[in-house]
Amino acid sequence: MQSFFNSTVGKKILMAVTGQAMVFFVIIHVIGNSTIFVDGLNGYAERLHSLPVLVWLTRLIMLAVISTHVFFSIQLTLENWKSKPEKYAVQKHLRSTFASRNMIWSGLIIGLFLIYHLMHFTFQIISPDLAAANNLDALGRPDVAHMVISGFQNFFIALIYISALVALVLHLIHGIQSSVQTIGLNNDRTLPLIITSGAIAAIVLFIGYVSIPTSILLNIVKG
Amino acid sequence: MNLTLYVWRQQSSELQGRMEKYYAQGISPDMSFLEMLDMVNEDLIKNNAEPIAFDHDCREGICGTCSQVINGVPHGPEERTTVCQLHMRHFHDGDTVYIEPWRAKAFPVIKDLIVDRSALDSIIQAGGFISVHTGGVSDANSFLIPRSDAETAMDAAECIGCGACIAACPNGSAMLFTAAKVTHLAMLPQGRPEAKRRVCMMTEEMLTKGFGNCTNHYECQAACPKGIKVSFIAKLNREFIKAAQLIKEE
Repeated sequence: MQSFFNSTVGKKILMAVTGQAMVFFVIIHVIGNSTIFVDGLNGYAERLHSLPVLVWLTRLIMLAVISTHVFFSIQLTLENWKSKPEKYAVQKHLRSTFASRNMIWSGLIIGLFLIYHLMHFTFQIISPDLAAANNLDALGRPDVAHMVISGFQNFFIALIYISALVALVLHLIHGIQSSVQTIGLNNDRTLPLIITSGAIAAIVLFIGYVSIPTSILLNIVKG
Repeated sequence: MNLTLYVWRQQSSELQGRMEKYYAQGISPDMSFLEMLDMVNEDLIKNNAEPIAFDHDCREGICGTCSQVINGVPHGPEERTTVCQLHMRHFHDGDTVYIEPWRAKAFPVIKDLIVDRSALDSIIQAGGFISVHTGGVSDANSFLIPRSDAETAMDAAECIGCGACIAACPNGSAMLFTAAKVTHLAMLPQGRPEAKRRVCMMTEEMLTKGFGNCTNHYECQAACPKGIKVSFIAKLNREFIKAAQLIKEE
């Protein structure tokens, strides 16, 4: 018999569990980021980086999680494309959605954005003159808030972030409920509930994230 | 009523197929969709043309043989209805109707609207069986089965193996079919001895035969003429997780 991770369900369970780990990260990340609204981003960043073990452990786990998710998503998608080589002359979708049919593409956009995002705010090489590592605030802490606010005052940078968030919300509208189904936690009663609450969770996360660049663009949050 | 039909014509699995235009004239709304095709075929035969090949058997919605995608939906526009039970009253005079075979790599076209669905038989052969006592026949009710479990097993057993789930699935996955069979047997005590091995073998055979992976579009449930539910796929996934220990041991 084949191994767990060679089987169709095993691979899907890995996709689901790694996806859920990333959703967990995304929830923590938006809570942390929202400190920008109460002028607490620099303090949050300083406290977070005073725990290097936590930071690096999280980074290593996320690297493993993302690699697994990306690897199996490509493998499964290629298999699925091969299984449906011919299209119908007329095709009517009954239950699938734009989000569910374009997971690989929304995932690709998120992946590309992630590289940009890391270069922008983690490695800080997109606009080095604004890098928090080189600019300290009045209390001598790396000025993360200044880096974020000046970054998002640039319309095109804010647009990149907002577009990536649209891809994220699409990915999660399908992904959250799909992951619950894949790990087998559904029955007839819970399925519609999970579909609705997964979509609501995705939209709440989207609003949480998108509020940062939009409030900076609209000058509600100022440097 | 009169209809314009676009029908997939393909001489054999090796040759290229194409959509061809036909006219169905003088169709009664009381006819079934297959009877309408019978009429079209009679005209074709009278004109010395090759009739349209399509699969059919019981014509009462239980054999799972008729397999046509009508206007982009497997088994046509009526919910929980097979093509043979689809009546022409659901169409209007002057409608244009597109008729195509099931599309999936695992279902090669044999001719016109007929596809080879023997890949589904292979999935059944991989694990859709139970061990039975030899010797005398035991009493019918010697096994105690809770009513709710019996109902779930019966709901899953409604699957007629027509393949509409695979035709509807954007990934060409046979997960709903496999899940119905796995659930049907896993819910009953007679099915438990092979439960772990069954879920592994049937899902493995599904991939071997060229079906895709399930990504939870739920198109299958919407297309199923018997209303098989995707909650059975969740049940299959649970059965697979239970079988993980067995996979490790082997």
